[in-house]
Amino acid sequence: MGRRGLRLAAVFYLAVLLILPVGLVAKRTFEHGVAPVWDALTTPAALHAFQITAAVAGLAVVANTVFGVLAALLLVRGRLPFKRLFNAVIDLPIAVSPVVVGLALILVYGRNAPLGGWLDDHGVQMIFALPGMVLATVFVSLPLVVREVVPVLEEIGTEQEQAAWTLGASAFQTFRRVTLPAIRWALAYGVVLTLARSLGEFGAVAVVSGRLVGKTQTATLFVEEKYQNFDQAAAYATSFALAAVAVLILVVITVLRTREEH
Amino acid sequence: MLGVGTATLFLSLVVLLPLAAIVNRSTDHGWSGFWQNVTAPQAAAALRLTLVAGLIVAAVNVVFGTLIAWVLVRDDFRGKRVIEVLVDLPFALPTIVAGLVLLSLYGPTSPVGIDLAYKQTGVLAALLFVTLPFVVRTVQPVLLEFDREMEEAAACLGASRITVFRRVILPNLMPAILAGASLSFARAISEFGSTVLISGNLPFKTQVSAVQIFGQIQSDNPVGAAAVSTVLLVIALVVLIVLDLVQRWAVRRG
Repeated sequence: MGRRGLRLAAVFYLAVLLILPVGLVAKRTFEHGVAPVWDALTTPAALHAFQITAAVAGLAVVANTVFGVLAALLLVRGRLPFKRLFNAVIDLPIAVSPVVVGLALILVYGRNAPLGGWLDDHGVQMIFALPGMVLATVFVSLPLVVREVVPVLEEIGTEQEQAAWTLGASAFQTFRRVTLPAIRWALAYGVVLTLARSLGEFGAVAVVSGRLVGKTQTATLFVEEKYQNFDQAAAYATSFALAAVAVLILVVITVLRTREEH
Repeated sequence: MLGVGTATLFLSLVVLLPLAAIVNRSTDHGWSGFWQNVTAPQAAAALRLTLVAGLIVAAVNVVFGTLIAWVLVRDDFRGKRVIEVLVDLPFALPTIVAGLVLLSLYGPTSPVGIDLAYKQTGVLAALLFVTLPFVVRTVQPVLLEFDREMEEAAACLGASRITVFRRVILPNLMPAILAGASLSFARAISEFGSTVLISGNLPFKTQVSAVQIFGQIQSDNPVGAAAVSTVLLVIALVVLIVLDLVQRWAVRRG
């Protein structure tokens, strides 16, 4: 097989698996023009689902950004007593099925579990409510910020931070004026990856949310419900909106990657 | 010190404690109960399908992932940059949307007359879709930094193009290919969202373990769900450890 043959095989595989199906969704979404799509996306149920998704993803991104930077600093700069274990646990969520994540959270934070019951007595409902959904989303997107920031921290070394220290900067000043600017592109990249994962989460959220329509239903759960109830128009319109966001995120990632390289 | 405490507490509350709860709950009815739950006909069938599908998906990704990486690095044609960006799409696309996307072309209303809905091939297609970028993205950077002089030396010494690929290029790509393959496998055996719509959730036929676990949770059998979950967790953990060993071995070898 020559060069043309290889190219043809690669493009063919990508076309039948990825490009043609995605293209067809776009075509089917706009089969009857733009107006029905707009109507389907602006029903109260759809708008509510988008709001829930935005709230859950937003909170998860904030939590994972703070934790991600802190964990990366500890892993690279800190003196952790059990660094290798810490490092391994951070990678664990990649390999855990979203459904298993959901079950795991129910077993700890459900009303019948000791911790969940205690929280419930104090007026905090975790499962079948927003806090549990945020927790599930944090779990599945946990390693993304850490894994982007760690290599950059290793690469920049500590010389500039030490210089700032000697000149009398506090720990926080050193972080804000020296470390943060150095890791900013890697951090931005990690945050965008976290956002993409959070917006698209389905399995873990399906388990912990209880899929209560109009209450805990996110955009991805909305797609499933509409498809199962033969409301193809709403399912396709919402899918197209989510796919458009995904493509936008990809473009941002491509730009950030080239920035990071310079 | 405050930082260490906060990070450890966060990690424990979000990851460690819940995963420990799964393992703990799986043996609620003793080891025999655990074994019964895992070997129950429906659970065993789902596990078998999950593992076989995971292996097939990893193998297909080895071939096509390496091929795509090769074409992206060594070839040049119009539209290559678009493909470069599109390869990452399965990572950015919500999994439920991935399932719907495949159903629109390969579902009951397929314009090309291929209906994979409620079939094992449909499950495979969904898993191939979501794992597409793994091997491409691990092999591509290695190929980019690959020393062309080695290939030229081999060619000068009379090696054919196939021999050069098999004896010079492939051994150097092997650690990256294996890393990508194990990541695809780990992702494939845990995948849920993309298989929900296309598999139709038929026990003994298209039901993968993640979907079977979901069913057990819905029908209020947390112990059974936890048992199968534990099996998946252990397999994923073994794969991650093997991946770590492969990478260490590759670093040592240079």
